[in-house]
Amino acid sequence: MTDPMLRIRNLRARVADKEILRGIDLEVGAGEVHAIMGPNGSGKSTLAQVLAGRETYAVTEGEVLYQGQDLLALSPEERAVAGVFMAFQYPVEIPGVGNLYFLRTALNAVRKRRGEEELDAMDFLAFAREKMKLVAMDESFTGRSVNEGFSGGEKKRNEIFQMAVLDPRLAILDETDSGLDIDALRIVANGVNSLRSPDRAMIVITHYQRLLEYVVPDRVHVMDNGRIARSGDRRLALELEEKGYALVQEPPAARSGGETRR
Amino acid sequence: MTPFDRSLREGFSLLRRHGGADPMPALREAAFARFAELGLPTTESEDWKYTSLAALAEMDFVPAEAKADIAEELLQGLWTPPVDGSIQVVFVDGHHRPELSSPAWSSGGSFIGSLRAALAHNRDLVARELARHADFRRDALTALNTAFIEDGAFIHLPAGAAPQSPIHLLFLSTASRGATLSHPRNLIVAGRGSQATVVETYAGPPEATYFTNAVTEVVLDEGARLDHYKLQQESERAFHIALLQVSHGRDSRFNSHSLALGATLARNDVRALFAAEGSECTLNGLYMADGKQHLDNRTLIDHKSPRCTSRELYKGVLDGHSRGVFSGRVLVREDAQKTDARQINKNLLLSEGAVVDTKPQLEIFADDVKCAHGAAVGELDEDALFYLRSRGLGREAARSLLTYAFASEMVDLIPLAPLRTRVRELVTSRLPDRESLREAA
Ligand SMILES: Nc1ncnc2c1ncn2[C@@H]1O[C@H](COP(=O)(O)OP(=O)(O)OP(=O)(O)O)[C@@H](O)[C@H]1O
Ligand SMILES: [Mg+2]
Repeated sequence: MTDPMLRIRNLRARVADKEILRGIDLEVGAGEVHAIMGPNGSGKSTLAQVLAGRETYAVTEGEVLYQGQDLLALSPEERAVAGVFMAFQYPVEIPGVGNLYFLRTALNAVRKRRGEEELDAMDFLAFAREKMKLVAMDESFTGRSVNEGFSGGEKKRNEIFQMAVLDPRLAILDETDSGLDIDALRIVANGVNSLRSPDRAMIVITHYQRLLEYVVPDRVHVMDNGRIARSGDRRLALELEEKGYALVQEPPAARSGGETRR
Repeated sequence: MTPFDRSLREGFSLLRRHGGADPMPALREAAFARFAELGLPTTESEDWKYTSLAALAEMDFVPAEAKADIAEELLQGLWTPPVDGSIQVVFVDGHHRPELSSPAWSSGGSFIGSLRAALAHNRDLVARELARHADFRRDALTALNTAFIEDGAFIHLPAGAAPQSPIHLLFLSTASRGATLSHPRNLIVAGRGSQATVVETYAGPPEATYFTNAVTEVVLDEGARLDHYKLQQESERAFHIALLQVSHGRDSRFNSHSLALGATLARNDVRALFAAEGSECTLNGLYMADGKQHLDNRTLIDHKSPRCTSRELYKGVLDGHSRGVFSGRVLVREDAQKTDARQINKNLLLSEGAVVDTKPQLEIFADDVKCAHGAAVGELDEDALFYLRSRGLGREAARSLLTYAFASEMVDLIPLAPLRTRVRELVTSRLPDRESLREAA
């Protein structure tokens, strides 16, 4: 049997003395799209950041295997060149660093690792233009600093653009649909769909069933209080929409105990 | 008596002895006497609170050879004329070297060449301004420079003159016979409505120990405009102290870009005096230090007259165990109504061991003015670092790129393209992952 693209076992992570991920188990196979939902503060972004290698969070237990290799042993840049990509919930503005220059440097780091030739500025521009069409991004963004002065929706599109350029194996999209208008949502969803492929896995974090109408997930997981409280197929998202997160939440008394698990 | 004092005394008596044709013995004597009274400043003095010259006091300097050899590589690496026909005046250990310089440039009453030559031929013009602006009574190092004036650059632009090419003043030290000491003294007199770009570069061979104590006086007549660049690239063991003193005539403009990269200890003073109405000055500075470097930047903008505008932006990048100092004073005197002054200092600390002292001072005695100032000290933004790394940039590359982004604002402010390119190279050469930054901008 081949390894799944991603296998997370009993992952626990904390910041200072606050435990945020309290035992996550998750398997995502190549070609699959999994959605993660869950109330604010349940730990979705923390999971995404831990997978991308954010050092703010200390992993205290568990393991993460990516294509069979120990993901947690890698630095963020090693993960990126190995094909992990996380679209940020809050993309960072970096004044003074050109959007395209940055992306070319990133792409060349990835290509070098794959044994491919680096792209020069001209070739890269042609390549990037192709990908920009995918998310209907305006050419004027090429001349600007990374995310600087971008509107909320433009930042999200820029994330998908970066994903399209970097061509990852495992993509984690953290609320890429939040803050998008209806048209932009469709554009981003189309972008995501066009990147769906048998050798790529995606984890889509979202609060809205709406995105999942466009990007139909193979599995839906609901996080609550640092754990995956329920998993199901796409109908789970619909059920949540109807009943709210009360569907998955532990009764308040049980929450403080921390050890109970259904 | 410190070893430094002793070498000064010896040096001074040597000057006195061979100074038969010395055109300004009285000035020399007065300045030396003043230095003797003031002594080398200590950290007790408010002006030198953050910068100790104790290491300098222990140095024993030898007089420089008049014709020390200079390595061709050093010259080459320092300057490639950015524009055809650029005018270059070269000094080695304080001595003018005509064979390395462009021919003395004098056309239509302009003069660009050595101060010594100008003193011989046009004494009155020099004497009218020399030491009238940089006050040696107030400042020990200026007194020292004045006492030891031997040579430097003299630029005189008559009314309306506007040399097309930048004027490059290159000051090299060789330390060929041991630690040497030089006192370059420059005078720039810009007549009514004249315009020029002047670049001062200070450099020496790697690891050489020497002391450069420079003074530049700039006198701007009505409507004159000067763009001034200073590239301080001294050896990592050198001491560098310099004063740039600017006197603004009516409606004149002065832009200063100071780039401080070298020296174990450097102190760069820039003082602009608005002596008449309607002038503008912009003081930009970038200092980048690592190891145990100490880079001190001090500025004074004296709004003595109404309707003048000043803009100041200094940025510091401090790594290793280096220390940066910014102390900028904007003085708005009682008569200086309609002053518009803005001063900003920003610092980036790249290591635990790096320190910066920033002291912006705004003193306002007029009531109808627009003034603002601010200072900031920060580290690289962790979120931005992670963002870059999460896309595949290595840690060093990400740090370098963010550092470059911080510093590049100062580079982008340089209007002269070839010079901007040159400064960009100098800045990136200071970053750990310079390779990946070659095309950053
Ligand atoms: N660096 C941090 N320091 C302190 N607390 C943190 C940190 N990062 C996350 N947390 C806390 O951990 C919990 C989970 O945060 P996280 O951002 O993962 O939630 P989320 O599920 O993504 O929420 P949202 O839906 O609002 O995006 C929250 O209570 C949050 O305040
Ligand atoms: Mg979140």
